[in-house]
Amino acid sequence: MESFFDWFRILYDNTGINLPFLYDSYDRARMWNGFLMTIKLSVVALFFSVIIGIIGAWLQNSPLKWTRRIVNGYIQIFRNTPPLVQLYFFYFAIGALLPKVSNGYGGEVPILGGFAWAAISLSFFAGAFNVEIFRSGMEAVPKSMTEAAEALGFSRLQIYKDITLPLAFRVVLPALNNNLVNLVKTTTLAYAIAVPEMLYESNQIWSDNVNVTEMMIFLLLAYFFLVGVLVWGMNRWERSLKIPGFGT
Amino acid sequence: MNWDDSMPMVSIKDVHKAFGDLEVLKGVSMDIKKGEVVCIIGPSGSGKSTLIRCINALNDIQQGSILVEGQEVNDPHLNKLELRKKVGMVFQQYNLFPHKTALENVMMAPIRVLKQSKAEVEKTARALIKKVRLDGKEDSYPGELSGGQQQRVAIARSLAMNPDVMLFDEVTAALDPETVGEVLLTIKDLAEEGMTCILVTHEMNFAREVADHIYFTDRGVIVEHGSPTTFFDEAKDPRTKEFLSQIL
Ligand SMILES: Nc1ncnc2c1ncn2[C@@H]1O[C@H](COP(=O)(O)OP(=O)(O)OP(=O)(O)O)[C@@H](O)[C@H]1O
Ligand SMILES: [Mg+2]
Repeated sequence: MESFFDWFRILYDNTGINLPFLYDSYDRARMWNGFLMTIKLSVVALFFSVIIGIIGAWLQNSPLKWTRRIVNGYIQIFRNTPPLVQLYFFYFAIGALLPKVSNGYGGEVPILGGFAWAAISLSFFAGAFNVEIFRSGMEAVPKSMTEAAEALGFSRLQIYKDITLPLAFRVVLPALNNNLVNLVKTTTLAYAIAVPEMLYESNQIWSDNVNVTEMMIFLLLAYFFLVGVLVWGMNRWERSLKIPGFGT
Repeated sequence: MNWDDSMPMVSIKDVHKAFGDLEVLKGVSMDIKKGEVVCIIGPSGSGKSTLIRCINALNDIQQGSILVEGQEVNDPHLNKLELRKKVGMVFQQYNLFPHKTALENVMMAPIRVLKQSKAEVEKTARALIKKVRLDGKEDSYPGELSGGQQQRVAIARSLAMNPDVMLFDEVTAALDPETVGEVLLTIKDLAEEGMTCILVTHEMNFAREVADHIYFTDRGVIVEHGSPTTFFDEAKDPRTKEFLSQIL
């Protein structure tokens, strides 16, 4: 393995193509941690944004007018403002309002760090789109189908969980796919609040090594790969959910 | 509840129902005794579907009373679950859950709604599928079944809740002529076993054969009712006569 990494040092010496995150163990660790941080942030935000989408779409059908209004207000705010501004708002405005806790060395730190705020902010951002996506899917489930379940004694929640959601899911997977791809790409915004994800660590590396071109090419390829894996997984999932003789 | 078998199983009295300004039911009354088979026939838009949907509270009513085994359906505090355990309903469009196999469709409500054990439910479900003459189709998805087969699964699904009354709303109207017979045969079996049935149908020969009582509705009122023989052979009302002359 070492000889593999050393090869990139030779590459640098001979050609000037500088990839320190491969041959230098310190940069390698930074890059690797950044990569893991991007994955962690993506997975957490993907998960919570889908949860927000599912719950939001359910609440949007609530018989209570104010519940529906609050959900709609949430969607409007998060869809119609830039995600970077949202992130700053959470981190600087709400973060400043929260109490600080002792860090054990006599100092004080915010109760939520950059990662937590990035995860929250991105979840709400993508969640707003997911609510709309799930709602459109629910509209594609015919009312007669849910009525049949009603006539069998299913409760509203059971109908949502067992009938509407599983069917809506299949309808919206392509749209959900798009939004989740966007979400993974948007994790780079966490850079702005110094969350050490892939873009942030790359920036550290290119500041130290002055190899901006190489790092940019690497970043493009790395995100291309990450999103590719997500799309591949989603497509597989889509196929596994296919119902014989049903629709699309 | 002080209801017993000798009283009507379903007792409808002076029911009025309007959708906005459109009055659809204008004082409908009928009594259905245990084990009786009642057919409701009448021109399109006369309120047949609306009436039987009121019986299991899929529609609410503005005035009048509907008692199912002595339980008032027109009651804001109605326990809908209790009502729907007693009343099964089959729709024109089958409305099977497309993401579940035939067997799962039949098993779902007893497991989710009645909280019965899976093993027990599976046994009755298999027996019901056999009863509707679909053995071998247990693992087929609705999309892989013909209309007539789907409709028979829908009947089995309803029967799995072990209802006391079955409602059928034009259950053969969407079927190819070849498959109408198999569904009617299934219903006839049920009727002969003593199931209380309320059917909306355009199948006159079937109504003549299985019905104990026939109601003719037009524009929200019952114009005429009687036994099949009196109804078909000695209809008095001009509206009934005109309808019968068009259809027979
Ligand atoms: N949910 C609804 N909202 C508004 N109007 C309705 C609704 N359901 C039914 N109607 C109207 O009520 C009238 C009676 O409808 P209903 O479906 O009961 O007729 P039907 O006798 O079953 O007719 P068909 O033989 O065509 O099924 C129709 O004019 C219909 O347009
Ligand atoms: Mg109808």
